[in-house]
Amino acid sequence: MADSIPLTGIEDLTAASKPRPLTLEILHAWVTTVDHKKIGLLYIGYALAFLVIAGLEAVIIRVQLAVPLNGVVSPQVFNRLFTMHGTTMVFFVGMPILFGFGNYLIPLMLGARDMAFPRLNAFSFWISAFGGLLLYFSFLGGDGLYGAGTAPDVGWFAYAPLTAKVFSPGHSTDYWTLGILLSGVGTIGTALNIVTTTICMRCPGMTLNRMPLLVWLYLVTCFLVFVAVGPLTAAQIMLLIDRYLGAHFFDTQAGGSAVLWMHFFWIFGHPEVYILVLPAFGFANEIIPVFSRKAIFGYPAMVAATVAIGFISLGVWAHHMFTVGLGPGANAFFTLSTMVIAVPTGIKIFNWIATLWGGKIRFTVAMLFCVAFLFQFLIAGLTGIMLSASPFDWQLSGSYFVVAHFHYVLVGAILFTIFAAFYYWFPKMSGRLLNETLGKWHFWLFLIGFHLTFDFMHIPGVLGMPRRIYTYEFDRGWAVWNLIVSSGVVFQVLAIGCFVFNLVRSYSRGDPAGPDPWDAWTLEWSTASPPPVYNFAALPTVGSRRPLWDLKHPEDPDSNYE
Amino acid sequence: MRELIDMILLIPPSLNLAVPTDIFSPKGTPAHLIFGLSIFVLAITAAIFLATAGLLLYVLVRFRHRATDPDREPAQIYGSNQIELAWTVIPILIVLILFLTAARVIFNTQEAAKPADALDVVVIGHQFWWEFRYPKLGIVTANELHVPVSDPSHPTPTYLQMSSADTDHSFWVPRLAGKTDVIPNRVNVMWIDPEAPGIYLGQCAQYCGTQHAKMLLRVYGQSPHDFDAWVAQQQRPAAQDPSVAEGQAAFLRTACVNCHTIRGTVAIGRFGPDLTHMASRDTIASGAIRNTPGNLKQWIDDPDRMKQGCLMPSMHLDDRDLTAITAYLVTLY
Repeated sequence: MADSIPLTGIEDLTAASKPRPLTLEILHAWVTTVDHKKIGLLYIGYALAFLVIAGLEAVIIRVQLAVPLNGVVSPQVFNRLFTMHGTTMVFFVGMPILFGFGNYLIPLMLGARDMAFPRLNAFSFWISAFGGLLLYFSFLGGDGLYGAGTAPDVGWFAYAPLTAKVFSPGHSTDYWTLGILLSGVGTIGTALNIVTTTICMRCPGMTLNRMPLLVWLYLVTCFLVFVAVGPLTAAQIMLLIDRYLGAHFFDTQAGGSAVLWMHFFWIFGHPEVYILVLPAFGFANEIIPVFSRKAIFGYPAMVAATVAIGFISLGVWAHHMFTVGLGPGANAFFTLSTMVIAVPTGIKIFNWIATLWGGKIRFTVAMLFCVAFLFQFLIAGLTGIMLSASPFDWQLSGSYFVVAHFHYVLVGAILFTIFAAFYYWFPKMSGRLLNETLGKWHFWLFLIGFHLTFDFMHIPGVLGMPRRIYTYEFDRGWAVWNLIVSSGVVFQVLAIGCFVFNLVRSYSRGDPAGPDPWDAWTLEWSTASPPPVYNFAALPTVGSRRPLWDLKHPEDPDSNYE
Repeated sequence: MRELIDMILLIPPSLNLAVPTDIFSPKGTPAHLIFGLSIFVLAITAAIFLATAGLLLYVLVRFRHRATDPDREPAQIYGSNQIELAWTVIPILIVLILFLTAARVIFNTQEAAKPADALDVVVIGHQFWWEFRYPKLGIVTANELHVPVSDPSHPTPTYLQMSSADTDHSFWVPRLAGKTDVIPNRVNVMWIDPEAPGIYLGQCAQYCGTQHAKMLLRVYGQSPHDFDAWVAQQQRPAAQDPSVAEGQAAFLRTACVNCHTIRGTVAIGRFGPDLTHMASRDTIASGAIRNTPGNLKQWIDDPDRMKQGCLMPSMHLDDRDLTAITAYLVTLY
């Protein structure tokens, strides 16, 4: 089989000496591009900008909560801050950054020249980007003619009837609704594109069974998008009809149902967590084997666990609603379905450990972030089990324990693997390596900040502190913990500073990466860094899950074992 | 539990402030049931954490790349069905045990038989305060819920029928029970049975608008004798003190009456708290401010200054009316 792997494409056949384009020409090229790599980078850049904005919102939130009865911001401003922070992080940081990496990597990993629908790809990005701009335009246009608040202040899950016209006058809630509606259209477009690309555009020899695990994880993610985004979009349209055409879906004062909104939102909202975390698993699946110098352990089990997580995640949404009074039967059912998700998730963790076992682990910055991810994801999963036992959740739900738990997932697991992905694939995207020393500063500062903030955040939750309160009383014993939690923010800000500086500096002055700086095994490393527009001069043909391993070890190719 | 956390984190006892809302110091049956389950779940998850994190740590140290390593790739291992099966089946068994334990607590709490001597209270959540109505006793009060202590040999739990007048809220007094959401157009039921007299603090746990943070909650667990005395006092008509007739007249001619009730007068509003016995309460503004004449006067003058975004408007009273109304309200014991 090994002789059927002619991997070419490193040489760029286009003319080397072209006149340097004007700034306007460069801008025009980026705006009109349909190249999956450029669109991927647009997604990533856009998400990074929003990461900084939503991060700064979090900084203000933590300054306000550092001491009891603080008055840095008014209650109204605080409520807007946490609404914008949550909405931005989920819809305009998490999803775009993951879709950005997916866009960039999936065609390269599959040995394709572009996504299946390049123009749909561009449309999806720009419509999502417009959604984010619309959300932030609410700061200017939100109060409409009523003199009501500016940015939305209904919380990122916007429970009815707080969003009804009577409780939320002005237009702030409409900007929230429309921003998410548009981002949902873009999300579905990109998901459609990724699924089609995966099914139709694989290079010769790339059977489903040989796809890199990252592509499998994106495939399952995109199916979840199809199922989950629909209910959210429907709910947003119903809310708009409520607000402007006098319907009463969620208008409790006219017989509508507040619980209906909760069901709609969480049928989207829980799969959404997996939409965000599965691509993060995908990064870990690529990075951990390369820096352990071993093939992933249990590839079929990993795929099966992913598909299982995808299915089960569609049946757990009401664990967000244990306190709503659904009755003991429903509470018991959703306790069980939620706990069952721990089984395939556990399989993943054990397989990662087994991949490390017997390897030669190299602690590059990318690997350090993945190792921290493993520990933190383990803890996040275990606090998830505590929350899934619904009586325990009656105490913890809506408290800072929950806030700590989901930040452990979103930051400790997802953001850490996203950072790993930056250190791992930045050389491919830019042709230059990120600086490892700055990267280690970034890693250790962020690790310290993360643990100061989110480890200690569990405690005020256990001590009875609800989330979304702009201040708290002296007599509750929460002050010490909140001060520690807020102090971690300093380290996180410094770490992000290192990271951004590293990105900017390495882009122009980093060490040249060459096509394959990590001695890796998947197809994206077989072409130049950055890859030419057409990715591969000749489409590759693969004979196993690790085509570059086969090429580098003709004496012992993977294809012998499949 | 608090002591355990402090011990692990090396917090000196001098820093150990009493936490009135610690979920791990239960004072009622539902909170005890949850506490027992919590400890069980914590023990199992801690064991899983130690085993898995320990293994991970061992692997990271044992298999790290060393400078002295021979310069070739390690042996490639692709998987093992037996091992996969093992780490699928063992977690399934753990999940099963956890589920059955949790299910028992769910049904013991939510399907508990209601004793004949249970007290019924209607709880209505408002932006941003609590209304408590005792339908069989003819009492209406706000923010401070008085309930009898329950003796295990003769249980007198309090059953709360809860709904909301506006947005979603959640009733949470951590030392007595888990939280239950208070949702408009829906009635949820929960029960509490404090085992010892005392004040149990809590607050709204579902974001409900601008002043969600100061929608505080106080439950007064009282011995049967004290509770009966409180009931008798609350059932009396509102005080009629001739020395504050001017204040009463001022109250009754301003818009106060549109939102507040004082039984026996023309004030029959229901948008704000019932004031018939407001002087008997320890706090105003839903537990955010101590109920002293000075605070009360400032509050009436401009509620927004003390609780920004609350729905009670300033009536822009002149100082004479303000003083008179405050003097009147202070007599409503």
